[in-house]
Amino acid sequence: MEIKSIMSPLSKTAIDELNAGDMVKMTGIIYTARDAAHKRMIQLLNQNIPLPFDIAGQTIYYAGPCPPKPGQVIGSAGPTTSSRVDVYTPPLLARGLNAMIGKGPRSRAVIDAMVEYKAVYLAATGGAGALIASCIKKADIVAFEDLGPEAIYRLVVEDLPLIVAIDCRGSSLYS
Amino acid sequence: MREIDARTITDVVESLCIDAACDLGHDVEQLISDAAEKESLPRAQYILNQLIDNIKLAREQQMPICQDTGMAVVFVEIGQDVHITGSYIIDAINEGVRRGYRKGYLRNSVVKDPLERVNTGDNTPAIIHIEIVPGSSLSITVAPKGFGSENMSALKMLKPADGIDGIKAFVLDTVKAAGGNPCPPVILGIGIGGTMEKAAYIAKKALLREAGRHNPDESVASLEQELLHSINALGIGPQGLGGTVTALAVHIETFATHIAGLPVAINMQCHASRHKTAVL
Repeated sequence: MEIKSIMSPLSKTAIDELNAGDMVKMTGIIYTARDAAHKRMIQLLNQNIPLPFDIAGQTIYYAGPCPPKPGQVIGSAGPTTSSRVDVYTPPLLARGLNAMIGKGPRSRAVIDAMVEYKAVYLAATGGAGALIASCIKKADIVAFEDLGPEAIYRLVVEDLPLIVAIDCRGSSLYS
Repeated sequence: MREIDARTITDVVESLCIDAACDLGHDVEQLISDAAEKESLPRAQYILNQLIDNIKLAREQQMPICQDTGMAVVFVEIGQDVHITGSYIIDAINEGVRRGYRKGYLRNSVVKDPLERVNTGDNTPAIIHIEIVPGSSLSITVAPKGFGSENMSALKMLKPADGIDGIKAFVLDTVKAAGGNPCPPVILGIGIGGTMEKAAYIAKKALLREAGRHNPDESVASLEQELLHSINALGIGPQGLGGTVTALAVHIETFATHIAGLPVAINMQCHASRHKTAVL
């Protein structure tokens, strides 16, 4: 079983080398955001207000973790269903979002925008919350703290196990 | 008349919430291990092995298996010779859920109003089903339900003429439409018969059965086997990324119904099929 190591943020060259079906382990920086945080980011964009972090080149992880126990970096932190943020995703890809991590298929509009802006979608294992938390070495709230588990966190991850589900050419494991 | 203090119920519900979230049943774990052995597609094995590691890690560190620690569904069977003292049983259960989710560092995932959508902050209210049974014991089962899979559930009022073929087609269509969203490999709870709400209720109760154990009725058991085989032939696989294990088990419960109807409810359950029971 060949498993590639990749670094986040991903370069366009690295994205180009990923093919649907590849098994990878990701190390680096990723940002969490789910439904409510996406909705707010789009509202900011519509009002021409800068986002709380520069999204260009970055990776977003669709997740709303459990609260950490004392001494823990983060609680269980598996992926949530990606399709719920499909409606918000193309404008973020247009602003340079490079990679997304979640679970489940994406809409045609998202896949088309991924091809246009050369982005990749990786599947994390839904329900592997404790295992994924063990790959998260640091977690800091970046924005929308009032949203609780839906706040945006900046995570430092090490060897996060993922599968390339849709590559930058639009090839998808779901179809 | 046996008396049970409501505070005991609160304490039991509190610990059941934490146990259910962190300690997956060995029956489900065994089915996932069996699936990992059967599965030949490397990426499907990659996923199933992660699930096994995750179950062990969650148990060791008392961490939730999945961050979606669900809406707490609580099934209570009260012996008719039991008298609850101290406070109202519903309040006692909700207090147990409130404490369990706080002490276990579980995620609060409940909004007070389905339209206004403001988080209640303590994962209450629970969904509580109470049945009166003979005897003087009290059984409480906490089954936290995540909504990745709950959202993929379906109910259809079939016509009697649709028969078994109609049921099979409905089940397969529902599993296909769900694809990777309910976190396969899934367990399907299917309720056939009754009325609309009875079908849904027995579909959910079917999920409480020991994973993979068949219905004692032979014809129902063979329908379970046939459906499991057909679902796994769909190729959806773990997480919907391909493979031969889409479902771990199919559990069907049936009930008497009306001459004009054939209600069928499908309750989709992800591989984190969590439930714990205590008997007082």
